[in-house]
Amino acid sequence: MNFTIDPVGDTGIRISFNENVSSKLIYKIKMFCNYLENMGNDAIIELVPAFDSITLYYKPYVSTYKQLSTQIKQLEDIPLHKENVISRRLTIPVLYGGEWGPDLERVANQNALTVSKVIELHQKPNYLVYMLGFLPGFPYLGGLEQRLATPRLDKPRDRTPPGSIGIAYEQTGIYPLESPGGWNIIGKTPITLFDIYNKGDEFLFRAGDYVKFEEVTAKKFSSIEEKIVEKTYKLKIEEEFYE
Amino acid sequence: MDSSPIFQVIKPGIYTTFQDMGRIGFQKYGLPVAGAMDLYAFQIGNILVGNTRNTVSLEVTLIGPKLQAMAEITVAITGANLEPEVNGQSRPMWSTFRLEKGDVLSFGKYHSGVRAYISVAGGFDVPVLFQSQSTDIRSGIGQTLDKYSTLNGFPKSEKKGVGLSKHLIPTYATSIEVAVIEGPHMSSFKSNERKEFFNKTFLVEPNSNRMGYRLSNSKKVGTIKQDIWSDAIPFGGIQVPPNGQPIILMADRQPTGGYPRIGTVISTDLPKIAQLPPKSEVSFYPISVEEAQERVIRLERELVTLGMIRKHMPSR
Repeated sequence: MNFTIDPVGDTGIRISFNENVSSKLIYKIKMFCNYLENMGNDAIIELVPAFDSITLYYKPYVSTYKQLSTQIKQLEDIPLHKENVISRRLTIPVLYGGEWGPDLERVANQNALTVSKVIELHQKPNYLVYMLGFLPGFPYLGGLEQRLATPRLDKPRDRTPPGSIGIAYEQTGIYPLESPGGWNIIGKTPITLFDIYNKGDEFLFRAGDYVKFEEVTAKKFSSIEEKIVEKTYKLKIEEEFYE
Repeated sequence: MDSSPIFQVIKPGIYTTFQDMGRIGFQKYGLPVAGAMDLYAFQIGNILVGNTRNTVSLEVTLIGPKLQAMAEITVAITGANLEPEVNGQSRPMWSTFRLEKGDVLSFGKYHSGVRAYISVAGGFDVPVLFQSQSTDIRSGIGQTLDKYSTLNGFPKSEKKGVGLSKHLIPTYATSIEVAVIEGPHMSSFKSNERKEFFNKTFLVEPNSNRMGYRLSNSKKVGTIKQDIWSDAIPFGGIQVPPNGQPIILMADRQPTGGYPRIGTVISTDLPKIAQLPPKSEVSFYPISVEEAQERVIRLERELVTLGMIRKHMPSR
């Protein structure tokens, strides 16, 4: 595996992979994280995997940059086979447009598509969760149809409600919390992505998961919302999914 | 062990939160680290009152709270000098003192720095979420101190008058120079822009907060490549958005971001940034990772030593 190592301040190391961002690279990064965790170096505090890099935070008074980077360089020849990774696929119900999708028509107009075509194209792919970030539990999803790519809003909204599904350039994502944001909002899911009090299961998504969107009616949306409150709703999660 | 009431909040102050050394291990899920902005003052406060270094304390911002003790407790105030008083009588900073039941701890005029820490022997009773007791308002974890609320803790009488040697007490200047390790997005900046960056003096903007310190200079820092893949942002990372005005990412930063970063303020200089009020001046100088880490190791040794000395003092 071809990578370069750089310091990120005095408590971080960035491992950059010299490869184009792809689903294949995401799997390799996931596996590389396992190797780093199994190195047994007590200096390591935590790993933050991203699109084409891993940042490792560490205690410099346990291992210095020099010591740790030498140890990481030894991982250069480790084999990274894709077949060891099993992905999940989560099917996320979405109510498109209307009050909860204020930018749906604009996305359609900007791309010379009908609203129903936008909804159809958005549901088509199996999106890969490249990484989590921006907000707690926010998935950066790759795989958006080129025809739906839309630039960010010129002026970010002061508040975007939780569950909002947005498009920014060639990415789509879901807001776990209410937040200011510049993404084009095309719909909303009733599903909770980040639940502080759901011990051990606070985050719905993990990097490497697949996500499929499924359109629901306003009526279905409300009934799912009710079931979530009653804690009787069961989200469709396929535990073994191969793209 | 059951907790008991230690403080009644009379006035909450403008931005008072519970902080420890932050949430470790959840950045890969997008959860911020949060934690104390000035980790030096925070850790010293705990050492003085005989706590472990990571014990949750109150972080006070510019205007302190007014708190009435509901039990006999030992406290230390470190960080920004906000003129602490007990029943209207001045109390020293960076030194432990006792509060009797009914005593009122308040703060007077602002002298220097921005953030002070109230450390209490035995610590506060605050819920642990994601292995930390730090408030992170944006993520929905905790809130600023509430008027009329009661704060619980595990009160312990500890030695009063335990102070820090004068030479270890920082002075908080409003014009500072801090060390920076360059990178990692070197290819986003021309070499002359990187050189220029170290010649500039930046002004701290008023909308600086626990998430980030916004800087400004009449001449912008030029970038040649803005579209980078989002990656992890460290405490002290200096990002340069398209407007060319840098932002130093602080304790409540989002764990990942997509703006190019010209460098990272070294960890031993971060307390200086955390104590800078708006309109202060800051400039940067480059340093090698080896030299920066020598400073971190020296500081860690110092804190360990102070902790050991404190541990061997009699408790009353």
